[in-house]
Amino acid sequence: MSIEVVGVHKSFGDFAALTDINLTVPAGQLTALLGPSGGGKSTLLRVIAGLEDADSGSVEIEGVDATSLPAQKRNVGFVFQHYAAFKHMTVRKNIAFGLEIRKRPKAEITAKVEELLELVHLTQFAERKPSQLSGGQRQRMALARALAIEPSVLLLDEPFGALDAKVRKELRDWLRRLHDEVHVTTVFVTHDQEEALEVADTIVVINDGRIEQVGTPDDLYDKPASEFVLSFLGPVTRLGGQLIRPHDIEISRYEQAATATGPITRWTRVGFEVRLEVTPDDVLHPEPVQVVVTRAEATALGLHPGDQVWLRPQVGAQTVSS
Amino acid sequence: MASRTRQRTGPAGLTARLVVVVYLFLLVAWPVSVVVQRAFDPVGQPGGVGALWERLSAPDAVYAFYLTLTVAFWAVVVNTIFGVGISLLLVRQRFRGRRALSVLVDLPMSVSPVVVGLALVLTYSTGLGWFGSILSETGVRIIGSTPGLIMATAFVSLPLVIREVVPVLEEVGTDAEVAARSLGANARQTFWRITLPTIKWAVVYGVVLSAARAIGEYGAVRIVSRGAEFNGETATLLIQNEYQAFDEAAAYAAAFVLVMAALLALVVVTVVRPQEGSES
Repeated sequence: MSIEVVGVHKSFGDFAALTDINLTVPAGQLTALLGPSGGGKSTLLRVIAGLEDADSGSVEIEGVDATSLPAQKRNVGFVFQHYAAFKHMTVRKNIAFGLEIRKRPKAEITAKVEELLELVHLTQFAERKPSQLSGGQRQRMALARALAIEPSVLLLDEPFGALDAKVRKELRDWLRRLHDEVHVTTVFVTHDQEEALEVADTIVVINDGRIEQVGTPDDLYDKPASEFVLSFLGPVTRLGGQLIRPHDIEISRYEQAATATGPITRWTRVGFEVRLEVTPDDVLHPEPVQVVVTRAEATALGLHPGDQVWLRPQVGAQTVSS
Repeated sequence: MASRTRQRTGPAGLTARLVVVVYLFLLVAWPVSVVVQRAFDPVGQPGGVGALWERLSAPDAVYAFYLTLTVAFWAVVVNTIFGVGISLLLVRQRFRGRRALSVLVDLPMSVSPVVVGLALVLTYSTGLGWFGSILSETGVRIIGSTPGLIMATAFVSLPLVIREVVPVLEEVGTDAEVAARSLGANARQTFWRITLPTIKWAVVYGVVLSAARAIGEYGAVRIVSRGAEFNGETATLLIQNEYQAFDEAAAYAAAFVLVMAALLALVVVTVVRPQEGSES
């Protein structure tokens, strides 16, 4: 058991940021803390890192009680959303910082920094200042800097939050590969469910300062414990009093046993997808239902805006009644 | 493309420019240039570089400049240490009375230096001072000696370092410092390796401004100093005394040096500013 959080409470004034958090983060895994902004996930990460003190409860890292240890004694690698680069130092100096503080022998520092530069693909940028790097490169530098101290755990706070969509995706894949190479216990905070589903071994969904559910990405997607988890892990829509994912709805132009029926009132094409809105004729559930089909499906079914369609959940679709 | 975004100059713009140029000329350029001209070519006395140098190397002038430099040096040292400390306190700590402290720090800028001098005399002189008796018993003289000059000068130039450093500290935030702590640095290491290099140029800028202010200080120094030849007479006091003693040539010569010091400070500041921009 690499990180053990027991009964942690934390409030800022009247606002309860964390309420009775109990969490076990297994060693060597990549764990995501997922939730909406202001839900407490970053606070929990900062409590684990020692950057924030919990009001009560304890934090254990690799079997050592770290509750009262200051941040610099916890041997935790921390990566910030906005890089927190040391702007006046070169990339090499940035990465070497933790080792120089620890007064390691020069030769050892040089070798270690060289190895890390290689790992994060920044060897050719070693003598540059952070301001001469792109956002993605800066974040890789920050990661190497955190890894240099050979931390017991690596904590990343919205590590890709400040990057554009394409770089985010690249870095996400890269982080996954890096983790498979380095195997350090890693916890990262994100509000992007796709990021969590794609990268993490375990996802911890946090909302309103409480843990909603802990599980593998498949668990959470297929067996959401609550309406919140279902709706947070992807788009949902309401079909006849049930919450369902828009792509789990079967749509037909021909009359059939259906949960709802009505005309297609909106038609938006996004790349290969077609997002439809169907306004049911049912007076009890008049709110529009979102349906997503691929373009090929839409063509095959002969769908057009304004068509009368019949909707029902696909066989095996995950629904939560509400 | 840049020229297209620039405003076209109409008659109003031209008038405004003319007013500014005339104003600056009448108020600054002309009087200062007269001082420089008189320094080299005083009325009724030998002129030229040689004569100027002779006046500046007169023993009383040498003493005055040496005293001014000593006072300015220590005032700047004190202000730099306390200025950086107070800035860190104001920006990085949250405590009761922080806003009051922030206002208090600006006080020396708004209070007349003469009042500062009087206040120091009332507090620290052996005769009048609050703890004057202790001072006279221990034989420590503050008013009428160099420590008093340093205190007065440090007082009036206190805000200059702080007002440069505070905005920079606020802008850079705490991310890098927190990162350093998480990498194992203690408070001292974080300050020397992260915070200080970050605010370096702001400190340099503040130091230059403080030094310029300290060298030119007159009002507060006038009150706390005995102001006699070889006895607490700083460069500014020397100018005043010589001027009143009808030795205008010596007064202009010393004034010329102060003008040069100010210009040097301006040049340094102009050189420093862009570098600060490229760092961030």
